[in-house]
Amino acid sequence: MKLVKKFIFELQELSFLIWDSLYGLRKSPRYPAEVIRQMDVIGVGSLPIVLLTGFFTGGVLVLQLYPTLEFYTVQSETGRSVATTLVRELGPVLTALMVSGRIGSSIAAELGSMVVSQQIEAMRALGSDPSRKLVAPRILALILLLPLLTVGADLVGITGGGVVASTIYNQDLAIYMASVWSGISTKDVIGGVIKPIVFGLIIGSIACYKGLSTRGGTVGVGKATTSAVVLSSIWVIIFDFFLSKFLQTALDNYDI
Amino acid sequence: MDQERLKERDSRIHRSQIPGESVMDFETPVNDENRTMPAVEFRDVFLSFDEQVVLEGVSFQLRKGETKIILGPSGCGKSTIIRLILGLLKPDSGEILIDGQNITELSEQELMEVRQKIGMVFQEGALFDSLSVFENVAYRLIEQRADESFIEDQVRRMLRFVDLEDAIDKKPNELSGGMRRRVGIARALVGGPSIVLFDEPTAGLDPPTARTICELAIKLRDLEDVSSVFVTHEMNNLKYLTSEYAVVDDGGHVIFEDEGDSLCLINTEVMMLRNGNIAFSGRDEELMQSGDEYLLNFISGRK
Repeated sequence: MKLVKKFIFELQELSFLIWDSLYGLRKSPRYPAEVIRQMDVIGVGSLPIVLLTGFFTGGVLVLQLYPTLEFYTVQSETGRSVATTLVRELGPVLTALMVSGRIGSSIAAELGSMVVSQQIEAMRALGSDPSRKLVAPRILALILLLPLLTVGADLVGITGGGVVASTIYNQDLAIYMASVWSGISTKDVIGGVIKPIVFGLIIGSIACYKGLSTRGGTVGVGKATTSAVVLSSIWVIIFDFFLSKFLQTALDNYDI
Repeated sequence: MDQERLKERDSRIHRSQIPGESVMDFETPVNDENRTMPAVEFRDVFLSFDEQVVLEGVSFQLRKGETKIILGPSGCGKSTIIRLILGLLKPDSGEILIDGQNITELSEQELMEVRQKIGMVFQEGALFDSLSVFENVAYRLIEQRADESFIEDQVRRMLRFVDLEDAIDKKPNELSGGMRRRVGIARALVGGPSIVLFDEPTAGLDPPTARTICELAIKLRDLEDVSSVFVTHEMNNLKYLTSEYAVVDDGGHVIFEDEGDSLCLINTEVMMLRNGNIAFSGRDEELMQSGDEYLLNFISGRK
């Protein structure tokens, strides 16, 4: 019962935080310079690990799929299976997990240390609202950049698959690419971009919430960081399932 | 932004440092209707965290230009009072008035305006690590989108006040504990607050640095007409603040004089907290003569 109460309380606080920060954007003060700085840290900073993850995921997909497809003599469809898997699922989810590990932890640790060293209180005392100054730019930067990172991971992943298909399995690249093109639909791309937007919101809000609710000195910062990464990763995976189901239903009603 | 008010205060401070000119103007009668209104007033304030009662019906007034020293053992609610004045915490019941305005019902946005007239010095300085000393001190003015040259001017003036103008481009992690505290004071004073709150500003500092911080508080009280709350549990802070006053000598320098036996500083009061209640409130002389065993034991450090 206590756990349920705690969960509902945290959900309420999290919702208030998201509302305060994003609703606050409608009027000044806004902090565009801070948004750009966060976009640099989150986007440019995460690019190498996200692209590496994408490349090797694409590679390993081909490595494992090709023999199976060859067994059914449909190895020409390798590109299709890789592209669909990456664009629909692995691209968004793996990118979100990498970013939650790298950025979720750093946001929670930074805000948590600011709480324990009274910097958040100082900020409020000096007349600026931490939810606008700190939370909104981070959530906004994540919402804007996670889709871009995901698209990057998808493209590099497909390339990685192509490299493995042509070098290890001697598949003609033209066949691979043709199969990729026929495999991806506009619906996949739309779904693949909507997901990271939601994931960005999840990672940003949970990390900021956990950071700002840090209690108990430096030990508290460690706990906040851990729970920010764990919770945002779990919620990304849980939301991924329901989002996939929702997108399947919603997008099927439209003829794109 | 009330740059006008700041400029006016600036010129007043400047005037007060002209050699030979009296700091206080005793000739013209004070013509401020609100002068007698308390800067801060607590009316029967209750506050508890979960099961733990922190304040149990606390009422007091901080008059304009007065310094109130809050004493008490750790965890007795001293810092809580400061947080309540800033509106960082809300009381469970009771009223808190800043310049006659009840702040207990205000929204966060409305509180931002009240906070403009309050400066706060945090225990460890609480400087923003990612910003330079200049940006830290200028923070409030940058947030208010003040004019750049005005910001530069104000920041330099405040850093001169705490004697740290050389450190303007440094980062907080390059400063010593005492310097950080002084930058914290400069940051609290930018924007010309009429109320300044000190939360154990000398904790963990060596005696000379601690004295410097107390001298800054005395200068604010005697030369700049600032009301302040000074939370501490260090007895030499109490001694400095209740027995010394700042004046400007003929050469334009600020000097500190002792009240001695013939004078009594009436702009500084001591308030002692115990278990969420006010155990004592009055001047230091009254505290020493109170005869209350608990108070005397606390002051002398006996159990």
